[in-house]
Amino acid sequence: MLQVNQSVLHAAGPRAASTEHLWWFAFIVAAVVYVLTVGALFWAIASARRREREGELRPEHAHDRMTSGVGAGIAASVVILLVFLGYDLSVARTRDPVPKQHPVTIEITGRQWFWDVTYADTSPHGRFTTANEIHIPVGQPVLFLLSSSDVIHSMWVPNLAGKKDLIPGYTQSLWFQADTPGVYRGQCAEFCGEQHAKMAMEIVAQPLTEYRRWVASQSGPGAPPADSVTKRGQEVFLTGTCAMCHSIGGTPAGSHVGPDLSHLASRRTIAAGSLPNTRGNLAGWIIDPQRIKPGAKMPPNMLEPKDLDALLTYLQSLK
Amino acid sequence: MDRWTDGPARRILTAGVLTGALLFTACRREERRFRELPPSTTPTTVRVSALQPGTMVDTMHVANPYENNAYAQTEGQRLYNAYGCVGCHANGGGGMGPALMDDKWIYGSAPENIYTTIIQGRPNGMPSFAGRIPSYQVWQIVTYVRSLSGLTPAGSRSARTDDMMMYDGSQALPKHVAPKQSFRPPASEMP
Repeated sequence: MLQVNQSVLHAAGPRAASTEHLWWFAFIVAAVVYVLTVGALFWAIASARRREREGELRPEHAHDRMTSGVGAGIAASVVILLVFLGYDLSVARTRDPVPKQHPVTIEITGRQWFWDVTYADTSPHGRFTTANEIHIPVGQPVLFLLSSSDVIHSMWVPNLAGKKDLIPGYTQSLWFQADTPGVYRGQCAEFCGEQHAKMAMEIVAQPLTEYRRWVASQSGPGAPPADSVTKRGQEVFLTGTCAMCHSIGGTPAGSHVGPDLSHLASRRTIAAGSLPNTRGNLAGWIIDPQRIKPGAKMPPNMLEPKDLDALLTYLQSLK
Repeated sequence: MDRWTDGPARRILTAGVLTGALLFTACRREERRFRELPPSTTPTTVRVSALQPGTMVDTMHVANPYENNAYAQTEGQRLYNAYGCVGCHANGGGGMGPALMDDKWIYGSAPENIYTTIIQGRPNGMPSFAGRIPSYQVWQIVTYVRSLSGLTPAGSRSARTDDMMMYDGSQALPKHVAPKQSFRPPASEMP
């Protein structure tokens, strides 16, 4: 399987870093409280035994000690919880507002069960659509506009930011910034149906020049068929069931039920992070998606071996 | 021993088992079959008009495998939107295409009739979806289309839909009488 990062404790950007600090603060405070509580318990047991041996333990004092002990405990808890609350609020206040300068805006629509990703641009020809794999430039804040077309999903890339729900008919915004280049795995964090677990995304953070090159490669139409095999593959795609749900730029296939496949071959995974994007996996997925992701919206496809082979060659040519 | 073989205890036990069995009768309504095999038969001879050349051949009746299945019906609704049926027929009210929630059926209302209408296409705009939609999904769409005019059992109808509803809990008014089988010829063949 593909090895990628998915951890709250390995922050790769400022938002996740503040969450990580908050986590460590809470962990350390809780650890200290635990050690002190257990220490006090053992001290109380030892001291009571000692005083019992020396005949100093008198039951009439027990009530006073109980009152002061419980009072001190409640006061300490309230103070600690208020400190947590204050810290949490301060993190939210400083990190939630979207920075004024955010050069990249990405619209994400949650679908059962993949992420429909559109890079927004002021000019229509600069917009392009992809799925599940999001490339971002390192060191720049990126704004995400989140929505859903069916049920509530939640976007969670632990290395970069906290969770944000994708709600049907409502646009939420989330921003984060990656400071370290790398591939960070994200996961739907709100139960959304049978294949909730196999609804993953990958954030590929890369230097600006590499990012620009990727954007240029994704913006154009899908590669036109170059030889007779890919030509036949495109024919299978356009005349069969594929074209009913998927779109490939530059062809008549323009449906938006399933993920956009214009540059499928450039992606690392298929089926929303379920499998590495290899020829064999792609073949298995096309023939019987319900074996891999039961409940997925893609139907099984009965294809002649020759047609399947041509279709795979065509899909793998869509760089 | 006798306590369990006769007397009131036995009657209570029998009643309990029968009541328990009732709980399972509705299971098929919610059944979800993800790896679907297409029905072994597809309708080939379907009468869509009162006129027929040659010897009279009756419709080949095919049981819709999803008629009582609520999941298939909601899947049908999803596919009805996904494949663009909604573009011409709206959510049953019709538009460019005829309404589907009334009791007028140009080519028949039986499951096999609707199936062939989707697969073959019809004059004046209904395209053929043969080879475009897998057979089991066509049957799911058939189930949904029939539910629009209350032809499927009310028990398997979805309790809620996002689209126009005649009243709460249904997609159409219940039909207590059998729908009129109107075998009118297609509009293009009208005088």
